[in-house]
Amino acid sequence: MPQNSNAKVLPGKAEPTKIEEKSKKKRRLKVAHPERCIGCLGCMFACSRIRRGSVSLQDSAIKILTRGGLEGDFMVVVCRGCKDPPCVRACPNGALERKPDGNIVFHEELCAGCGKCEKSCLIGAISLCKDGKPIKCIHCGACVDFCPHDVLKLEEVLA
Amino acid sequence: MLRKVLYIDLSKEEIWIEERHDLFEQWMGGTGVGIQLLLEECKPGVDSLSPEAPIILSIGPLNGMFPVATKAVATFKSPLTKELGESYAGGRLHLAMRFAGHEAIVIRGRSNQPSYISINDADVKIKDATSVWGIDAQTVGMILRERETGVGRRSIIRIGPAGENLVRFAGVVVDTYRHFGRLGLGASFGSKNLKAMVISGTEHVDIPDPKRYREVYNKIYRETVQTDAMEKYHDIGTSVNINVLNWLKGLPTKNFQSSSFPEAEKISGEMFADNYLFRRLSCAGCPIGCIHIASLKSPFSKHHEFEVRKVSYDYEPIYSLGSNLGVSSAEGVLELIDTCERLGLDVMSAGVVMSWATEAYEHDLITPQDTMGIPLQWSNVKSYRNVLENIAKISNEFYATLGQGVEYASTKYGGQDFAMALGGNEVSGYHTGPASIVGQMVGVRHSHLDNAGYSIDQKAAKKQLDLEQIVDEIIMEDNYRGIFNSLVGCLFARNVYTEENIILALSAVGLEKTSEQLNDLGVKIFQDKYRFKTREGFNISNQRIPKRFYETVSTLGKIDPEIIKEMLMIYKKKRGWP
Ligand code: SF4
Ligand code: SF4
Ligand code: SF4
Repeated sequence: MPQNSNAKVLPGKAEPTKIEEKSKKKRRLKVAHPERCIGCLGCMFACSRIRRGSVSLQDSAIKILTRGGLEGDFMVVVCRGCKDPPCVRACPNGALERKPDGNIVFHEELCAGCGKCEKSCLIGAISLCKDGKPIKCIHCGACVDFCPHDVLKLEEVLA
Repeated sequence: MLRKVLYIDLSKEEIWIEERHDLFEQWMGGTGVGIQLLLEECKPGVDSLSPEAPIILSIGPLNGMFPVATKAVATFKSPLTKELGESYAGGRLHLAMRFAGHEAIVIRGRSNQPSYISINDADVKIKDATSVWGIDAQTVGMILRERETGVGRRSIIRIGPAGENLVRFAGVVVDTYRHFGRLGLGASFGSKNLKAMVISGTEHVDIPDPKRYREVYNKIYRETVQTDAMEKYHDIGTSVNINVLNWLKGLPTKNFQSSSFPEAEKISGEMFADNYLFRRLSCAGCPIGCIHIASLKSPFSKHHEFEVRKVSYDYEPIYSLGSNLGVSSAEGVLELIDTCERLGLDVMSAGVVMSWATEAYEHDLITPQDTMGIPLQWSNVKSYRNVLENIAKISNEFYATLGQGVEYASTKYGGQDFAMALGGNEVSGYHTGPASIVGQMVGVRHSHLDNAGYSIDQKAAKKQLDLEQIVDEIIMEDNYRGIFNSLVGCLFARNVYTEENIILALSAVGLEKTSEQLNDLGVKIFQDKYRFKTREGFNISNQRIPKRFYETVSTLGKIDPEIIKEMLMIYKKKRGWP
């Protein structure tokens, strides 16, 4: 079973900068095996719990959708970290910024909560939370540790 | 914390929400709150299928918050036993209720036309379901999925034709593959003209101390994925018990005529896993993922054309529709499970009713005229399928009688000695010994899950337990489960939710409870359930025990009726009952 043995200390909201400092290479959350998903929603709860300190399906950057109910297949939606991100282009206030290392950073103070980013992303990887601001995956890997079925992986890619 | 009860009166078409802090403060949630609401709402002696009989759904303080707290409980007056109705379902209902912001839902009255209830946060509507009345439980799910919002976070619960036609052991299908199976909640829905409920919400829960919450969450999560439950229920699943119980002489076969099935291997969990299992699913919030889905591929022409059905299986349906009916093919079992799913029948009761009928047919208590020419024979899957359909349709007087359960059918046609019910509820798949029998008799809802007598028997097989110790274990489980079922956790994780972990988890969501308070609550919940049962006419002292239990060798050997009598006496004494 995927245990937490190889897990780093799960980063909370309080210390998000540490990760960026630590890794020279950038890390990407990858949906390695979507067909293995059992729909437990552990990843979504992990994301909202660890990043937001709340229990919510909306406050999660990763989304597990059903297609045709539980008889159908699950869709695991995560941010791909596009080279030319439509969400960044869509934001009229420059609240989303793509850094040279490919990370997309969200400047909350600039966000007006217009939801244009949400509409721009075809796969639905960025969405507004309960507070009206978008939640975006920061590729922290917290959800990976709570996936019991090896669906998710944190990959190192060259910056 | 949520503290809201949503009231829906189908007769008056009135909907309102009440804050009930006192209620949740005192009774925690889930079954604790459920029984209180039932006592409040249900007047003594009302007809279980009348508008005066309420349906109550409730969740508890840990649902959605901690791993494997994944169930919701329905409390009602059972159309089958005419006393306490209590049934648990997994899936996503618990989560949908939490995020819709209703910790309990009370449904009163009766719609004057087929309806369904749509709940979207505080926006609650009673909608017309005329066009889906009569449609099978699976298809109506598909239709509502298209109509309603909330993809990925909603729950759709619905009945099939059996519930509409008031078959007393009709169930409610929850989110596909999960059920409020037992004690006839489906008939209660049908009696209210209620076809379905769609529930979704967008609320979120604020945590008093997120850091502490995360710590406790991690502890419980880690223990969950490390218990043997993970291994046992995830790998082969509950059906691993077919071979185990067969070997232990505890697998009811052909209506309990035998406790081992020579062909058990062919319907074993291993057989299903190796040849039919194609995916696993999980209730929302559970890393165990015990829901096993088989693919049943049946050709319908010589030209490689197939019907493919996805059927979930577990130990209980394989017992009731497999060994207990002498069905020795995995495909036959899957076909019968699928039939029950579509019609919206409880698989356990359906199997036991049919196994009684097969024997009654052999003894000429039932004639081919009664069955409309369907031959009732062990292992005849085609016949059994037809019987299920006729029960759901109430095709004639005989099938109407079957649809009232085996207790009633056997008073009418005879064959009580082999009518396998306890407390009026068709028994579960364990002929393990006296604790299983006594446990189901005294249990609040006459289910093997009330106090796990079957597992106490298995313990007694390994180490000597005297009768008093066995009774003590039953009582301990009775009480503990009152607490655990108020949090509405999945019983597969019961070993993770020790008293210590329960107290920790409750405190992480802002509820401080002591060990004494919890124990006290467990006892009180049990007593209040018995208050309802007694009020509705249940009397432990005049319960019928089918003779068959004593004739067939069990895991612990032949069972002596005197032992059962003695255990009941000890039980009553310890409970302080006359
Ligand atoms: S949110 Fe969507 S558009 Fe933006 S980077 Fe991620 S995948 Fe690309
Ligand atoms: S990697 Fe982090 S931010 Fe991204 S979905 Fe997982 S938990 Fe959420
Ligand atoms: S944690 Fe893994 S298995 Fe569970 S829903 Fe998320 S991706 Fe699927």
